[in-house]
Amino acid sequence: MSRFLKLLFRNRLAGLGAVVLGAIVLLVLITPLLPLQPPNVTDTANRFLPPFSEGHLLGTDHLGRDLLSRLLYGTRLSLAVGVAAAVIAATLGSAIGIVAGFYGGRVDNVIMRGVDMLMAFPYILLALAIVAALGPGLLNALIAVAAVNVPFFARNIRGVTVGLAHREFVDAARLAGMSNARIILVEVLPNVLPVIVIAMSTTVGWMILETAGLSFLGLGSQPPVADLGSMLGEARSALITNPHTSIVPGVMIFLIVMSVNLLGDGVRDALDPRLRSGALARPKAVTDVRREGAVPQTPQKGLLDLQELQTQFHAGGRVFRAVGGVSLHVKPGECLGIIGESGSGKSVTALSVMGLVASPPGVITGGAVRYDGTDLLSEPYEGLRRRRGRNVAYIFQDPQATLHPLYRVGDQLSEAILSHHAVSRAEAEKRCLELMRAVRIPNPGSRMRAYPHELSGGMRQRIGIAMAMANDPDVIIADEPTTALDVTVQAQILALLDDLRRERGLAIVFITHDFGVVAQLCDRVAVMYAGRIVEEGRTDDVLALPRHPYTSRLIDCVPELGGGKRRLEAIPGLPPMVDDLPPGCAFAPRCHKARAECTAGEVDLGVTGDRAVRCLYPEDAPKREVAE
Amino acid sequence: MIALRATDLSKTFTPPKPLFGAAPPGVRAVRPMTLEVAQGETLGIVGESGCGKSTLARMLVGLLPPSTGEIEIAGEKLGVAGPAVFGKRIQYVFQDPISSLNPRKTIRDILETPLKRLYGMGREERRKRIAEILASVNLRESFLDRYPHEFSGGQAQRIGIARALAASPRIIVLDEPVSALDVSVQAQVLNLLADLKTEFGLTYLFISHDLAVVEAVSDRVVVLYFGAVVEIGPAERIFSAPKHPYTRLLADSAPVVGRTLTAPEQKGTELPDPLNPPPGCAFAGRCPRATDLCRSEDPALTDHGDHQLAACHHPLED
Repeated sequence: MSRFLKLLFRNRLAGLGAVVLGAIVLLVLITPLLPLQPPNVTDTANRFLPPFSEGHLLGTDHLGRDLLSRLLYGTRLSLAVGVAAAVIAATLGSAIGIVAGFYGGRVDNVIMRGVDMLMAFPYILLALAIVAALGPGLLNALIAVAAVNVPFFARNIRGVTVGLAHREFVDAARLAGMSNARIILVEVLPNVLPVIVIAMSTTVGWMILETAGLSFLGLGSQPPVADLGSMLGEARSALITNPHTSIVPGVMIFLIVMSVNLLGDGVRDALDPRLRSGALARPKAVTDVRREGAVPQTPQKGLLDLQELQTQFHAGGRVFRAVGGVSLHVKPGECLGIIGESGSGKSVTALSVMGLVASPPGVITGGAVRYDGTDLLSEPYEGLRRRRGRNVAYIFQDPQATLHPLYRVGDQLSEAILSHHAVSRAEAEKRCLELMRAVRIPNPGSRMRAYPHELSGGMRQRIGIAMAMANDPDVIIADEPTTALDVTVQAQILALLDDLRRERGLAIVFITHDFGVVAQLCDRVAVMYAGRIVEEGRTDDVLALPRHPYTSRLIDCVPELGGGKRRLEAIPGLPPMVDDLPPGCAFAPRCHKARAECTAGEVDLGVTGDRAVRCLYPEDAPKREVAE
Repeated sequence: MIALRATDLSKTFTPPKPLFGAAPPGVRAVRPMTLEVAQGETLGIVGESGCGKSTLARMLVGLLPPSTGEIEIAGEKLGVAGPAVFGKRIQYVFQDPISSLNPRKTIRDILETPLKRLYGMGREERRKRIAEILASVNLRESFLDRYPHEFSGGQAQRIGIARALAASPRIIVLDEPVSALDVSVQAQVLNLLADLKTEFGLTYLFISHDLAVVEAVSDRVVVLYFGAVVEIGPAERIFSAPKHPYTRLLADSAPVVGRTLTAPEQKGTELPDPLNPPPGCAFAGRCPRATDLCRSEDPALTDHGDHQLAACHHPLED
């Protein structure tokens, strides 16, 4: 709650709305206690007194009634009717929406077609028809305004409920013996409540206006009782001669609706989880680089060389050291594997290379990324943009998410080519066909005109690889490209990547959590834990003789096909959070070999030949046969 | 003793009938299949996406009414009894641990629901039972008043398992229970499941796409392809000596340390179209051994000795 208020008041306009609305509500609540003149007593002798007259702060109207008194009582009535209409519309509309969305099928069809029919009438016509049928009066105006707004809530809430009704926790509740009615009340309703509040906060201002509109037409509050709409209606004839009688209620309506809307938008932004997680902040086109230390000047190894790279996320006053000093290099034609669990920093390392980490909150705080002699971190945006895709290209995990759903895959592929080469469309299309053949897509001609959803997962990932290949990059960074795929498809994709690098001398950085994949594809492997490399070496050596206890135990965790039914070796505990790393070795709290020295100070990466290990007490006994 | 028997169970999803014209043909997600699981056994179910394993699982726990066939648990025919009747006998652990827990309910609320709704337990009795369950899944009681988003994937999956245990079922269907977890946590959860099985005498149906995990936990394994059983056999034999070419393709595709990288299937083949299934064996289009017989006649599941059954006209020799 306090978090919500903090978020709300960070938005200045919403804060202003809250203050103005709060003042108005307070004023109308204490109106009966104020020393005001009675609002409905006529005094024709003193009609149309200007504001600031004696005894009448805001003047009087055409019957000599005190405007201040009428204004406050009228606001009280308008607010009450508007809010009541909003509550009624929200309750009814949400109930209809939840039932339709939860049951789906025929129930949904019947209800929603009814709602559609209601929506097909212009709202004011519908409200007029309802008032005409029920007769004028404030209560009937309230009913009309509420009825007119029910469809809005019903539609909104139905959409949210449809998404919730198929969630797994609803199935779990069914299996726990809950009835449908109880599931709606206990499981679904609490999850749609924020949406109802958001919808209400953004519509209550509108409903106050609608009520005022009906009263203005004489269908709402009946004389002599004042509300804002009827005050305006009565003042209409004197608009030119005595404008203050119109301006006074007009300004009040303006203030109420304005403050309600500002506050409502603020409430929506503060409650909406998508907006709260920073979707309103637009990430920059390139990651911020604020290097604290000197740029490392070590001579470059390989084609792409990461030197002491550090990437952090600064969010909510906390610093997440996602990448804490990583050095890696890859040579042409070589495949380097990066293996690690979620949160180990392997993806952030990869994205830092081309400045693709979202900023804010990401910042590169140290190190260098050298590509063929130049430090990419010092490169201006335009230079980096030209290198993206042409020097270093990426393949991501989920091609469904990286391909645009509304464009044909051929067009997306051509776009990748056209953004780097000034060639004709026909030329680009020819190149597309070549690429699709290179990644072994059957019938490339017809597949070019397919949309992403028309392709299978394996075909989509082939398009992703073709796109990465479009500009003949020298380095491909593949971030778990086969994790979302079936095993038979995975085998095909891995074989394809292997062929490509052998045929074209590509350097591949392959990020994964699967030792089997690393063993089959990668020449060298680096193991990451809590943002740092803990072990590095030739794949065969590391897998046969892991030296870091983490690598060794991680390998034991993974069942291998052909081992029969057995108990697995688990690593106790959880990986540490990178905003609160323990001193010394990050693995020490989970390590069976840990001693006091392990947590005393930094543990360096000890390099011997092509092996490196960050451990004070590395494993040295030959590990049991892999195929045991 | 048979814990669960499914006879001729099938599911056809029929699209809504259009306003004009004839109803389109349905999608046969699960073709009639008969399965038996013995008390105390772990039956692994493997297959690629779209093979019908989740549809089968949802039918077995009563969340989805089958189009044909019957489900019998411990000799009792359940018919279309509804999830609450199933819930006391068979429970479900979901793939995504976080989304299977209602974000707006505390762990206590989540665990109490089956005790209240299925067994009508009183407050004190519930408190005792929850303490027991938490102890068996290695979670602290201080977690009870927290909300799901405060937990890591591994902890959330333990809560999911605890909820399933709270219903005191005899059988638990585990639908990819570890595929959303990190490898180091995956082993913790698999070992916990093995301990719970001995402690409570449970029977498991373990669904996964990861052959190595299935092999490590199962007694017998069922291989599904295109909504039908293609092979059943003991876990230690089915991947090392498969009878069905599809099982062999799966086993050869799994990345294994020490095996050189080869694509066992070079053609960019895809699953057959479920709206327009081919005649005969569904795998024939991808099968190197396929003959005209395969393309015209659907092979039946036949015994090949050693409790290994395969649906193939030209089974592999050892």
